[in-house]
Amino acid sequence: MQGNQIMQEEKVFKDPVHRYIHVRDQLIWDLIGTKEFQRLRRIRQLGTTFLTFHGAEHTRFNHSLGVYEIMRRMVNVFEGRQHWNDENRLLCLTAALLHDIGHGPFSHSFEKVFDTDHEEWTRAIIMGDTEVHAVLKRMGDHFPKEVSEVIEKTHPNKLVVSMISSQIDADRMDYLQRDAFYTGVSYGHFDMERILRVMRPTEDQVVIKQTGMHAVEDYIMSRYQMYWQVYFHPVTRSAEVILNKILRRAKVLYVEGYEFTQPPHHFIPFFNNDMNTQDYLKLDESIIYYYFQVWEDEQDVILADLCRRFLHRDLFQYVEFDQNFILNEWSDLQERFRRIGLDPDYYLVIDFSSDLPYDFYRPGEEEERLPIHLLNRNGRLRELSRESDVVEAISGKKRTDHKLYYPKDVLNAPGFSEEKRAIIKILQG
Amino acid sequence: MLTEHVHIMSLLGTAEEIVGRKKFQKVVYIGKQLGMPFHEKYGFHMYGPYSEELTIRLDELKQFGFIRETHEECSGYSQYRYELAESGREYLTKTTRSWTCHDEKVVVDELNACTSKFLELMATILYLQPASKEEVIERVATLKKTQNYSLADIDEAYALIDHWKQSIAKATLTH
Repeated sequence: MQGNQIMQEEKVFKDPVHRYIHVRDQLIWDLIGTKEFQRLRRIRQLGTTFLTFHGAEHTRFNHSLGVYEIMRRMVNVFEGRQHWNDENRLLCLTAALLHDIGHGPFSHSFEKVFDTDHEEWTRAIIMGDTEVHAVLKRMGDHFPKEVSEVIEKTHPNKLVVSMISSQIDADRMDYLQRDAFYTGVSYGHFDMERILRVMRPTEDQVVIKQTGMHAVEDYIMSRYQMYWQVYFHPVTRSAEVILNKILRRAKVLYVEGYEFTQPPHHFIPFFNNDMNTQDYLKLDESIIYYYFQVWEDEQDVILADLCRRFLHRDLFQYVEFDQNFILNEWSDLQERFRRIGLDPDYYLVIDFSSDLPYDFYRPGEEEERLPIHLLNRNGRLRELSRESDVVEAISGKKRTDHKLYYPKDVLNAPGFSEEKRAIIKILQG
Repeated sequence: MLTEHVHIMSLLGTAEEIVGRKKFQKVVYIGKQLGMPFHEKYGFHMYGPYSEELTIRLDELKQFGFIRETHEECSGYSQYRYELAESGREYLTKTTRSWTCHDEKVVVDELNACTSKFLELMATILYLQPASKEEVIERVATLKKTQNYSLADIDEAYALIDHWKQSIAKATLTH
């Protein structure tokens, strides 16, 4: 293909999840070598999860290579089959490799505070003046845009889009296995080789042969378990709450004209909301940690305390709450926090499941998302939960969760004892 | 705290009711693009921009009893009707709101009066920005092949979007 060559020698990456990641295309090899892709080595895949599961230090770099490898295997399975056009091979591999290129450090909290979107950064990196763009452009002027459209899910070839973004795609199959491996949990495992063998391309989506239903059931259940046991872990969410509040506090201080001991140069474009792609690409987790260490010694007690908590893992505790609490206790509790010298905007935080970037499969009620379809012997498609009792069993199950986070250590410390006792009583319901 | 939830409740309070999950999704997306303070993250799915975050937020509001979702069977298909529940109204009166949606009532009512199919077209057009109108026409034809939108539909969508942008700018100025 124009702009790409098959390399004389295959390159391989040793990978603990897929054993080996194979690269034969010069295009892929060159993309991996770009500074924008190498930056992903400095961004953890699971953000603050390593504070709960200490093994979860894996990065967006590992994951992106993993998604590429699964896509490569998927393409091999599809080769020669009806509906598959091999001219889309490089488009699929490239989109898989670059699908997370726009992620920044702790991107979930970062995006919430600075109102940015990693998908927009992905487009900016692919389409802008970057090394990634220069490499992609060797394939033709249209190629970067096509890759961007596949990642954005607006490419006209829906089959290609579904291989990277659907309810059973290369992205999810990699992160479930990789996150399970690195967190050390026993759920998250499923027979991917079997799923790949029973995947079939159709005109507008990937479907699964009926005979592969049990392997898909395992995949759905592992997704369900990972959702509640890892992604929604309350301790991780506590760390995320503090991280979010640090970024908010720093932004508020900057806007109010606070003089930082060391000017937060890397953050200033984001505080001013006039950042460009180069500003964004300069950020990584080491930069964030550097500022947190500096801010731990700031004069502002809130910023310093939150940074200390995050760096030394002195996290907030949590309680469950109900509608009655929101209607009747919330304002009172905020006022009581103020009276003991804690700003409730930073020290009394409700975290909802809708604040988190993960989802799970909702059997039979996928709404606008394409459900998983099984292909039976007669060539007819049936939605998974209509065929599988196991998947149907998790249909309609609880999918939301909310918790109230607060610094228990402060409530247990001396001073304002009467007020604190009243607060603890409210929190204990 | 419940800022994002309150914005959704304020919208629903202003609209009085929204019928259809797809319509709810598109009204919030178009509202967001018109400058209303919604921060739900959207991606492109089967019927254009769709937010999983909004779906879960609605679930949470239902769970708290702040909104009511009624399932209805209607000429062979099912749909969901959303309204503020009593406790939702009570919460809105108790809480200090940074945005009430009152200034945007006319736009919200007009949005709510559109069909889901037409909202899908407008949301798709907005999602494809900053593409030129020619490119949008071409991409709508491939991405939304089954919906058979005509050029007149696309012109009307552009005109309405412009009209709403002006209405909101005017309301903001007056305010």
